[in-house]
Amino acid sequence: MMTEILLVGGILIKILVIVVVLLLAVAYLTFLERKVVGYIQTRIGPNRVGPYGLLQPIADVLKLLNKELIIPRESNQFLFIIAPMISIGTAIAAWAVIPFDKIQVLANVNAGILYLFALSSLGVYGVLIAGWASNSKYAMFGALRAAAQSISYEIGMGFALVGVMMAAGSLNLQTIIHAQAGGFWHWYWLPLMPLFLSYWICGIAETNRLPFDVAEGESELVAGFHVEYSGTAFALFFLAEYTNMILISAIIAILFFGGWLSPFEGIPGLQPLFAWVPGLVWFLLKMSFFIFCYLWFRGTFPRYRYDQIMRLGWKILIPVTLVWIIVIGLAVQWHLPPWFA
Amino acid sequence: MNVLPIIFYFFAAVAIIAAFMVVTFKNPVHGVLSLVLAFFAMSGIWILLDAEFLALILVLVYVGAVMTLFLFVVMMLNIDWAGKREGFVRYLPFAAVIVLMMVAIIITVIGPKQFGLTHVPTPAVMPADYSNTVDLGSVLYTNYAYPFEVAGTILLAAIIAAIILSHHAPKNRKVQIISKQIDIKRDQFVRLVDLPSEKKNPAANGGQP
Repeated sequence: MMTEILLVGGILIKILVIVVVLLLAVAYLTFLERKVVGYIQTRIGPNRVGPYGLLQPIADVLKLLNKELIIPRESNQFLFIIAPMISIGTAIAAWAVIPFDKIQVLANVNAGILYLFALSSLGVYGVLIAGWASNSKYAMFGALRAAAQSISYEIGMGFALVGVMMAAGSLNLQTIIHAQAGGFWHWYWLPLMPLFLSYWICGIAETNRLPFDVAEGESELVAGFHVEYSGTAFALFFLAEYTNMILISAIIAILFFGGWLSPFEGIPGLQPLFAWVPGLVWFLLKMSFFIFCYLWFRGTFPRYRYDQIMRLGWKILIPVTLVWIIVIGLAVQWHLPPWFA
Repeated sequence: MNVLPIIFYFFAAVAIIAAFMVVTFKNPVHGVLSLVLAFFAMSGIWILLDAEFLALILVLVYVGAVMTLFLFVVMMLNIDWAGKREGFVRYLPFAAVIVLMMVAIIITVIGPKQFGLTHVPTPAVMPADYSNTVDLGSVLYTNYAYPFEVAGTILLAAIIAAIILSHHAPKNRKVQIISKQIDIKRDQFVRLVDLPSEKKNPAANGGQP
């Protein structure tokens, strides 16, 4: 009885740590985004609240929490309230299986990659329900666009994951990381390059970020699916979007860039020199690169037109991934060195 | 204290109540969302049975893809909900007879006795390193390889048939050919014309410079 309580308590503490760190990361990601986009546009970005503007996200959070929560009278109130909860719930729950280091993982489950994929496919419910429950035309358009887009890109995403599963021969995320051991050139980004690029593009489209943000497209739909939301409910959508950005970056780092593995593995001089660095640091560095790319794309790419998004998803990404799955199948069958030996 | 039965009864109750709600909700959007909840509860029960692959595939395929499309379509329907319950009492006896007959047929055809399962044993508890995915894969691609591939071919044929039946190409469609759009040169659209400069004629301006 006592051990069970300790076990449950330990898990709860781990969950608390992950969620708190994640929410802080999201808060500072919004700050980083404004700074990066600011510098891209030769501005300085927020610099008034606290030193170098570092307290800006705290001020933003306080502002959002203090705003009035407006529920439109003609909306479906139950679904209107529950939609942001679904968004944030699925976004945070996916972190349960992310391995941060050799042993630091909340749940090292067998079918971890499937769990991630299942939960990332649920995120669209929050958007779809929010758009419908708001009883607003802009919100409805945003929701329909988001649903069509995420269904289309889920297929390409799934095929990209199939390639990783075949290469590693496992659905367990730790096993996938271990299968990439051996340094920078052994990670899956090289043999699975087309799948990596497809997954990256699909990930950006899944999170409805620029250049694929037609679901919220400010200049067309005001704010898309969350146009009727205010205060805390809006903050939850915002949190979910940024949590998903960090999640997709983490998944790319795990599946194609060796997760917590050191990039200097197998290099004679550098491997012992960097042996003391914990895996968590490598993992965070790899993640940060892809998070930065999200902001970089936002600052530099124009928005895709809707039919171009569909064309890219169905006519380019899906055929590319399908062909490369066959290539990977042959490579695994013939034990192509050095990756599949 | 064993918590597994509590978890099982929780998921089972949610599944049954949600399944009941699917047919009782007036609004079809609520009905679809209840179906999603029922799928979720069922996948919870499957995870209790160590069938994590099937449980996650259920969430992935049915909840993540099929039900999203359902919801998508149902949200687009614009039906007057008030007028839809008028014939309820009138059709009730007829519907009840059909339901009873259906239930009777289902029980006689696929009831537990047909498979010699009058007593279902408690599922064995698997060791911690048991992988349902490996088990399922090894059975599916050895013992059931032919049925599996036949099912796959039938589904593919169904997809192609559905597309051919429902797809009517518009007669005067205007297709954008992306390669042509990218391949344009300036000379095709812009013409630089050398205009001869006008002769200055001081007399026309009335002698002004």
